[in-house]
Amino acid sequence: MTAEPLIDTDITPRTDGTDERRGRFARLLDSDIMASFLASKLTVLAGFVTFAFLIIALFAPLIAPFNPFDPAQVFLIDARDPPIWMAGSDPRFLLGTDDQGRDMLSALFYGLRVSLLIGGLGVLLSALIGVTLGLIAGYAGGRIDALIMRIADIQLTFPAILIALLVDGVVHALLKSGGREDTAFGVMVLSIGLSFWVQYARTVRGSTLVERNKDYVHAARLIGLRSPQILWRHVLPNVLGPVLVIATINLALAVITEATLSFLGVGLPPTQPSLGTLIRIGNAYLFSGEWWIVAFPGITLAVLVIAVNMLGDWLRDALNPRLR
Amino acid sequence: MLAFILRRLGSAAIVLIFVGVLAFILFRYVGDPVNQMVGIDTSIADRDRLRESLGLNDSVIVQALRFLGHAAMFDFGVSYQFKRPVAELLIERMPATLELSLISALLSLVIGIPMGVASALGKDRWYAKLLQAVSLAGISLPTFLIGILFIYLFSVTLRWFPSFGRGDTVKLGTYWTTGLLTSSGLRALILPAMTLALFQMTLIMRLVRSEMLEVLRSDHIRFARARGLPARSINFRHALKNSLVPVITVAGLQLGSVIAFATITETVFQWPGMGLLFLQSVQNVDVPIMAAYLLFVAAMFVAINLVVDILYLAVDPRLKTTSKAH
Repeated sequence: MTAEPLIDTDITPRTDGTDERRGRFARLLDSDIMASFLASKLTVLAGFVTFAFLIIALFAPLIAPFNPFDPAQVFLIDARDPPIWMAGSDPRFLLGTDDQGRDMLSALFYGLRVSLLIGGLGVLLSALIGVTLGLIAGYAGGRIDALIMRIADIQLTFPAILIALLVDGVVHALLKSGGREDTAFGVMVLSIGLSFWVQYARTVRGSTLVERNKDYVHAARLIGLRSPQILWRHVLPNVLGPVLVIATINLALAVITEATLSFLGVGLPPTQPSLGTLIRIGNAYLFSGEWWIVAFPGITLAVLVIAVNMLGDWLRDALNPRLR
Repeated sequence: MLAFILRRLGSAAIVLIFVGVLAFILFRYVGDPVNQMVGIDTSIADRDRLRESLGLNDSVIVQALRFLGHAAMFDFGVSYQFKRPVAELLIERMPATLELSLISALLSLVIGIPMGVASALGKDRWYAKLLQAVSLAGISLPTFLIGILFIYLFSVTLRWFPSFGRGDTVKLGTYWTTGLLTSSGLRALILPAMTLALFQMTLIMRLVRSEMLEVLRSDHIRFARARGLPARSINFRHALKNSLVPVITVAGLQLGSVIAFATITETVFQWPGMGLLFLQSVQNVDVPIMAAYLLFVAAMFVAINLVVDILYLAVDPRLKTTSKAH
């Protein structure tokens, strides 16, 4: 192992014209990562779509034409109106209405909000669990390491969706199942968090094994810092790079998992629909020809997942020095 | 070789015991088994008698060991919702799931490998790019969405295939029912099998593509070209053959996932298999079925991993020497 120099000895003048006085944003536009981002038109498109979806999700209550959860704005008489370009449509509802007379477009906006929120929180929770366990396993070594990694191995043999289903069932059983409606959101985040932690743990453990023998960690130990502090302040920032890539790719997986569980009827209830719940509702009307109730949430979910996946692929390639 | 297999068997046993303990915790502490079995009008004395006769007052270790012992004999207790032995329910539904999964795995190989070869050989042609785009969709889209799309296209609009159920089945022996021998059974199988196969298919296609590209760059292919062998012989006899070993491994390992993922496909198509049973048990908090299915899936994954490991050893002689050196 080569020792890292303690101070930055690189004194060659910058030739690319980067100036410290320019703002952060300008420097970001100039960086390698940005260049590789702009190099692929598809990636830019994917980034744009993801960004647009995030904005919609964030501001859904402000930009949706209706509030689909406000009983005062929803009338059964409007139920199952087709989109605006078809015969028999109502000009108020751009994409038609669902079985309860809710505006499809508004339901979509709110559904996107719920889906992305659960996906994001689920990814955050799984990253939190995974990174913590990975740090502990890599730093402590020995029996603790063996135990954590053994559990990870066992969990890895099961598909994540199965774990999520199981966690969902168990937690609902423990909560006596009665309060499915108000606990559904938390249970969903928990199932996703517990299903996807393994990958983070394995990656972080690997990098921690490398980092813990470096000089700066020895130095930190020498001046008497305690292990949690060393892990948190010194090791963690150095192992976070790959975590970002996994998190991006897992966001797509988390959204799919949530949608699947909701579609299967063990996720979010119709009173608080995510994209998956909307698809489940619409699926019932597939045979009667009211295709728009299932098509729009379905397309939205597909576009979202593909866009996030493409971003994740790009991020992985851009941050992986071996592929440069 | 024998030591290697024994070691793998040992770790397989550890995994199974671990999952078994998990299943026991699930079984014993999620919901109260007694309350699930009796009606609301059962007196407390009767409940206590039942509790005693079920052995729920014994120590936890005794109960866990008893649970594991019963599980080893395929006795998982009685389902709360169906009031029938869980093992019986699972066996009844196993043929449907296994038929669906095996046909899907086969489909994904039969279609995925040629797709991968085509996209590797015609790297910059339009059809290779089309295949890449299709594979991105196949790998990104959730299974249930593809199922809905298929139902809308092929059942609702074109009316080619039924959208639910298994069609007519024929009994083979005591336990096995098959839908493969009737025309309605075969027609019912096509949509769910394609839905389930699509993800694996794209996975295999991508794998074959990258392996082929790798092998095509290697020296022995360059040498074969220099020898003036015809392109077809180079591509198929030399390149494809060498890229298939990892493909077989992945396909084998993925078989377990196919069976597990069948849960979703079975629900979309109302296919009467184990996955649908498991999903209903999750919805209704039918813990014995959940525990049994968990153990079943674990056992299956362990068995598949073991077989793949041993096959690998048989296929790749380099592993034999390293396993001896250890």
